[in-house]
Amino acid sequence: MNSRRTIYRRFKSRTILGLMAFTFLLALVPLVSLLWTLAANGAATVTPHFLTASWAPVGENGGIAHAIAGSLSLLALASVVAVPLGLANGIYLARRAPTRLAHLTRLLLDVTSGIPAIIVGVFIYTVVVRREGFSLGIGFSMVAGGLALAMIMLPIFARTSEEAIRAIPRAVEEAGLALGLPRRRVILRIILRAAVPSIFTGLFLSLARVAGEAAPLLFTAFGSNDWPASPLKPVSSLPQLLFDYARQPFDELVRQAWGAALVLVAIILLIRTATFVYLRWRYSKGASIA
Amino acid sequence: MVMTTLDLDETNLDTTSPPRRAAKLRSRPIGDRAFDLSIGACAVVPPVLILLFVIVLAYGAWPAIAEFRWHFLVSAAWEPNPDKEEYGALPFILGTLISSILALALAAPIGISVASFISEVVPPSLRGLLRFVIEILATIPSVVYGLWGVFVLAPWVMNHLAPVLSKSLGFLPFFSEPFDPRNMLCAILILTIMVLPMIVSVSLDAMRSVPISYREAALGLGATRWEMIRLAVWPSARSGFIGGCILALGRALGETMAVTMVIGNEHRISQSLFAASDTVASTIANQFAEAPSDLFTASLIELALLLFLITLGVNLIARLIVRRVAIGGAD
Amino acid sequence: MNRCIALVLAISCGWLLAGAARADVTLTGAGATFPKPLYDKWSAEYNRQHPEVRINYQGIGSGGGIKQITEKTVDFGATDGPMSDKQLEKAPGILHIPMTLGAVVPVYNLPQVDAAKPLIFSGEVLAELYLGKITRWNDPKLAKLNPGVPLPDRAVTIVHRSDGSGTTFIWTDFLSKCSDAWKSGPGRATTVNWPAGRGAKGNDGVAADVKQNQGSLGYVELIYAANNNIAYGDVINPAGKAVHASVESVSAAAATITKAPPDLRISLTNAAGDAAYPISSFTWILVYKDQSDAAKAKALAEFLWWCTHDGQALSAPLHYAPLPSEFLPLVEEKIKSISVDGKPAVE
Repeated sequence: MNSRRTIYRRFKSRTILGLMAFTFLLALVPLVSLLWTLAANGAATVTPHFLTASWAPVGENGGIAHAIAGSLSLLALASVVAVPLGLANGIYLARRAPTRLAHLTRLLLDVTSGIPAIIVGVFIYTVVVRREGFSLGIGFSMVAGGLALAMIMLPIFARTSEEAIRAIPRAVEEAGLALGLPRRRVILRIILRAAVPSIFTGLFLSLARVAGEAAPLLFTAFGSNDWPASPLKPVSSLPQLLFDYARQPFDELVRQAWGAALVLVAIILLIRTATFVYLRWRYSKGASIA
Repeated sequence: MVMTTLDLDETNLDTTSPPRRAAKLRSRPIGDRAFDLSIGACAVVPPVLILLFVIVLAYGAWPAIAEFRWHFLVSAAWEPNPDKEEYGALPFILGTLISSILALALAAPIGISVASFISEVVPPSLRGLLRFVIEILATIPSVVYGLWGVFVLAPWVMNHLAPVLSKSLGFLPFFSEPFDPRNMLCAILILTIMVLPMIVSVSLDAMRSVPISYREAALGLGATRWEMIRLAVWPSARSGFIGGCILALGRALGETMAVTMVIGNEHRISQSLFAASDTVASTIANQFAEAPSDLFTASLIELALLLFLITLGVNLIARLIVRRVAIGGAD
Repeated sequence: MNRCIALVLAISCGWLLAGAARADVTLTGAGATFPKPLYDKWSAEYNRQHPEVRINYQGIGSGGGIKQITEKTVDFGATDGPMSDKQLEKAPGILHIPMTLGAVVPVYNLPQVDAAKPLIFSGEVLAELYLGKITRWNDPKLAKLNPGVPLPDRAVTIVHRSDGSGTTFIWTDFLSKCSDAWKSGPGRATTVNWPAGRGAKGNDGVAADVKQNQGSLGYVELIYAANNNIAYGDVINPAGKAVHASVESVSAAAATITKAPPDLRISLTNAAGDAAYPISSFTWILVYKDQSDAAKAKALAEFLWWCTHDGQALSAPLHYAPLPSEFLPLVEEKIKSISVDGKPAVE
């Protein structure tokens, strides 16, 4: 009696664990399908010419170099805004006493990271792009696109910086203070320097996150068929080019869309995998020392 | 707690928090004060930004709010013809809610099951790798999902899933004809895939914070592995599951590019999941840059304001729950 | 650290200044997807001949072209539905400069039907299809227009535009002229309250959607169908003839205009004449008469001049019809009226 019940319980347990394994495999199906179609449809398109040539009208075999350059300059611009601000927030959150403002800032940073990217686009359009009303009136431009990406980047980067700075032992700070260094020197010269590897990891992760965003760029960076020339002009980007080309009836452009998708995913996965491997390596090194 | 000890002993070498009050008593270099001030000023940026969002969007939406008042929320009219303009957001609001909630209904059990598998079944050495693999799903850009959705998922739904569902469950209005090749079901499936890693990550964190001793106790009492998961792990991780699901809901509500590429962009309320539909975010993406009249633009900004407030609320709730879990887990 | 920050700041400031000081002129335009393949060709060709001028044209829909030129976020807009009087009030001094002519064609994806022998549609039937009254391909009304064609028994899935579109304006203009039910229902506009179907973004989006999905019916500019092996139907004109869309039949429609209004806002739908394609249209570039930046104004006027003269030779290979020669003096007059501080930008 008892043993039969035990057998049943074991059987039930095995079945359910098996089902869990099945759901895991199920979750991998779209991933495998996606990566496979990307490779199958994109690989033939990605040639040196495709990566180095700029836009050309349909039928004239253009490339995506202008979009890659555009994406890079947008990310650079976004970093210029988000990195100092994010570091400042990180320092404030990690090194100050838990004030009410710190709680609020941390909570709102987390909440900000959930704001739909498209709304960031609408916001930046209203306050930066528009020429009339309560707006900076810059027009569609790299600056507008960079600001939109910066707003999405900021919460992610600020929170990872906070964790990075928090991980530096207090003793390091105190040692610096005890030497008579001013607090700002201790923070900027000693703590930040010690946290640099983790901060860079956080930077790369947040860049990987925003590099694929198209929604905030639709009404800000706008798109261009030319190399990025000036921060005040519209600029192309990989995700937006992909969005445009994906809905084309011209086979050539759809092929280019697959190629652009492959390049974009490859870049993002490369960053992600590199940081994953790096973190594991550091963790194992840290663990062995401890 | 920490602050009071500091007040008592100003010269202590407390190692948990910088001696703020104590520092104030010493003469502080002017550079330090400027530094603290600028850091503090930066900390004000996120709250101010959120406030600015609300003001700017509310101001932009004002013409529509004044014109339609609450009818905007319950009317299904979306009539951009300049001679008879009238806007109601109901189809988009419903589309957003239906797509997100159904995606969550699919993703939540799968996500928790996957997380349980990674956390409780596979050997510890594999956990990090499997988690990373699932999290790759979260790093694929939305437009790439859209591309895949258009060329792989939507045809599969149309040619394989739709006939099966309509044959077996066709008597239900949700699976009735006619079939649009871009439809609500495609959007739901894409969203399910996109929010899954979020649920898995948060659930994994929640289960990791369950003490090992709970598991050992359950196994020691003779529980099978499944009974251990159900009786010892899940109850303690429950609020983490809920927080993760609400976070995922927030993500699904605001997801734009992949959805707009597969949903069919049609502002009609339809019972069938095979009908083209639309969401708030997708409508903004499609029409904001080209809204021909002021009232149209204002209505779209009101949509943005609605979506902003909803996602703000959802994320606030989720973060508060997740934070409580994190704090509870640390104890 | 500080040095690093200073370096980054210096580089970005220098770049900002360098960008502002560049001698090249970039003209940003946005709007209709209807003429986009031709505008793309023109901008590439013009840049080859005039490397100092770059033209960035983004196809965001005619509604977008009108909105963005009104808000002055672009240097020129483009539309294939002329701006309404109400819209012109908000953007005083806008010129409509006709650039080329095109046709809007009904496209369908029915592999069962012989592609060499296109289906025939009439305005009334298209209106009923788009009103959702005709829902199947083998409907008697469609069968009557196409005797002997094996029309399949499957649902018609309608594709329309999801963005503000001049192509939609032309299409609904035509449907309004053919069907009272359409006129009193959705009416004529760049976006309407669609009674049936699903939306796709841009002419390109509609064409791609129809191409990918069997049983679909959509409407796009001729080149999107002709260059992508998408079947497109003949349409019956007011003279009762079923006309195939082509450069010739569009030119025939344009030839029926005897007297153009001074602002050049003309509807070409349902033009009289046996050979005239009934859903033809001009497409316009929208520019402000009074410009503030002399270099830009000059480049813009010269580019428009080139497009309406030398550039016209490039239109026929892309299935667009060149501007009728009687029109040219009117167009030239418009381009010459572009001015900076009261002084003409060219000549």
